[in-house]
Amino acid sequence: MTAAVGSRPVKGSTSPLSSAQTRFGEGLLEKLFFFCALLSVLTTVSVIGILAFETYNFFQKVPMLDFLTGTRWTPLLEPKHYGILPLISGTVLIVLGAALVALPVGVASAVYLSEYASERTRNIIKPVLEILAGIPTVVYGFFALTFVTPLLSTIFPSISVFNAASGSIVVGIMVLPMVASLCDDALRSVPDALRQGAYSLGATSFEVSTRIVIPAGLSGIFASFVLAISRAIGETMAVTLAAGATPNLTMNPLESIQTMTAYIVQVSLGDTPSGTITYETLFAVAAVLFASTFVLNLGGTWIMRRYQEVYE
Amino acid sequence: MNKVNPLIVSDQLARRQWLSRLFKHFCTGVTFLAVAILGVLIFQVSVAGFGWLDWQFLTSFPSRFPERAGIYSALVGTLWLVTLTASLAIPIGVLAAIYLEEYAPKNRFTAFIEVNIANLAGVPSIVYGILGLAVFVRFMGLERSVLAGAMTMSLLVMPVIIIAAKEAIRAVPSSLRQAAFAVGATRWQVVRHHVLPSAIPGILTGVILALSRAIGETAPLIMIGALTYVAFVPEGPLDEFTALPIQIFNWTARPQETFHELAAGGIIVLLAILLLMNATAVYIRYRGSKR
Repeated sequence: MTAAVGSRPVKGSTSPLSSAQTRFGEGLLEKLFFFCALLSVLTTVSVIGILAFETYNFFQKVPMLDFLTGTRWTPLLEPKHYGILPLISGTVLIVLGAALVALPVGVASAVYLSEYASERTRNIIKPVLEILAGIPTVVYGFFALTFVTPLLSTIFPSISVFNAASGSIVVGIMVLPMVASLCDDALRSVPDALRQGAYSLGATSFEVSTRIVIPAGLSGIFASFVLAISRAIGETMAVTLAAGATPNLTMNPLESIQTMTAYIVQVSLGDTPSGTITYETLFAVAAVLFASTFVLNLGGTWIMRRYQEVYE
Repeated sequence: MNKVNPLIVSDQLARRQWLSRLFKHFCTGVTFLAVAILGVLIFQVSVAGFGWLDWQFLTSFPSRFPERAGIYSALVGTLWLVTLTASLAIPIGVLAAIYLEEYAPKNRFTAFIEVNIANLAGVPSIVYGILGLAVFVRFMGLERSVLAGAMTMSLLVMPVIIIAAKEAIRAVPSSLRQAAFAVGATRWQVVRHHVLPSAIPGILTGVILALSRAIGETAPLIMIGALTYVAFVPEGPLDEFTALPIQIFNWTARPQETFHELAAGGIIVLLAILLLMNATAVYIRYRGSKR
């Protein structure tokens, strides 16, 4: 800060400066701004409060143990069962498939971007990834239904029209840009001196990438995985459109399943009055969804901070 | 030291270099696969939907008969939604960012607010839908109005706006602030006349990206009960509405092929709007960086 301060008296500044003098409204403005910032805390508090309240009501009617360990989820059909495991297995199936697509491809793209690509290619690929990330999820749902599913059915003729495989592939494509970009950040923050040291010892670029750069950026890569998984859990429209609405305790990706998010959408498409047990299931399922993404997000950012290698 | 057989070394070297080339090609191929997917997606949508794009499609209400169906109510609904969301989320988001960057004391509560905002950015959109359903639709009695939708969307995009605005404000050099303080400006004058003007390009970029997210979101709107078949346009913030992604979802979910083509037509319009907004954001960023 080299700006010259007070070398010349300011014209007309005759009034003595006094700390007691504040312009009218300054304090009021600060309070207003504070309230705006507080609104975000209020949002979190109301999300947790509402989920807890309605879930508590739900547990008055359905024992918590039945909810968490039941293997049948049929809240809209008689006889009604409220075991969330089929929805969880559906979600896990989608997440596993998406991880299988997004994590290896994401890391490989990041290696390409940070180790091999020229500045020009980077400037083309990066915006393309940003566009992929910005495409609305309902569009991915359309893509899954009209492109991926027909493609899969030529390979697996026994596949259902709605199936977990198609849903998880597009969810993988959706979270891919996030993995690639976070991993790219992690790899690029590895100092060049480490690479040059390895190259000067005669290592090939494969060895430099897999034994020096990736291990050095591992915390960022792990964090990106965790955040991607959290995103995949919360993904809604693509799985609603492509994976179906059949709560199904299966690990077969060719079958129709239902995720937690797809169930919430299915119920909301109808008109559900407050106070009914169906209305409360929305909140109970959303509570499980919120809790799992919340833990993963906290974990992801924690890994990023805690294990970040700090280079001079 | 053991003697090294040069033949073995050169043999190994050839293998190592071969592996390295393979790895490079693999990484390159996989990256361009992602680009190819974007190409296939756009191609697929264009082929299916382009034939439906005409003036009639843009100005007609949805219909049971595909040849008469259009996206008029959805387009107007989206416009209502974005306008209301923008007028709620931008002021609150930017003011919150100003507080956190310019006013907030460095204490644990401020740190807590910051962590909380980062976490909110990662909450699934459908959870915001649940919040909107419980608070705005049921508790505040706004029913399935476009206002309830906009309030839900505002909460959803607020973290994005706050984070972008904070970054833009932080990028303003502190010498600017100190110079203004030195000549006796109050904190608000410093913010109003110096910090905000230089941070505006960055804030705008973030705001546009946040709003384009609001345009594409579907799940929260379904949660708060935006209608899937609407043959009227909202005339006030308390009217019922539909939106472009909802209409696309509705058409995609039908079994008939023709409705899928209509959905593709809607997707082309949606993507065109988003592309336009993104291009604007890139342009503003570019102009901002040139100064």
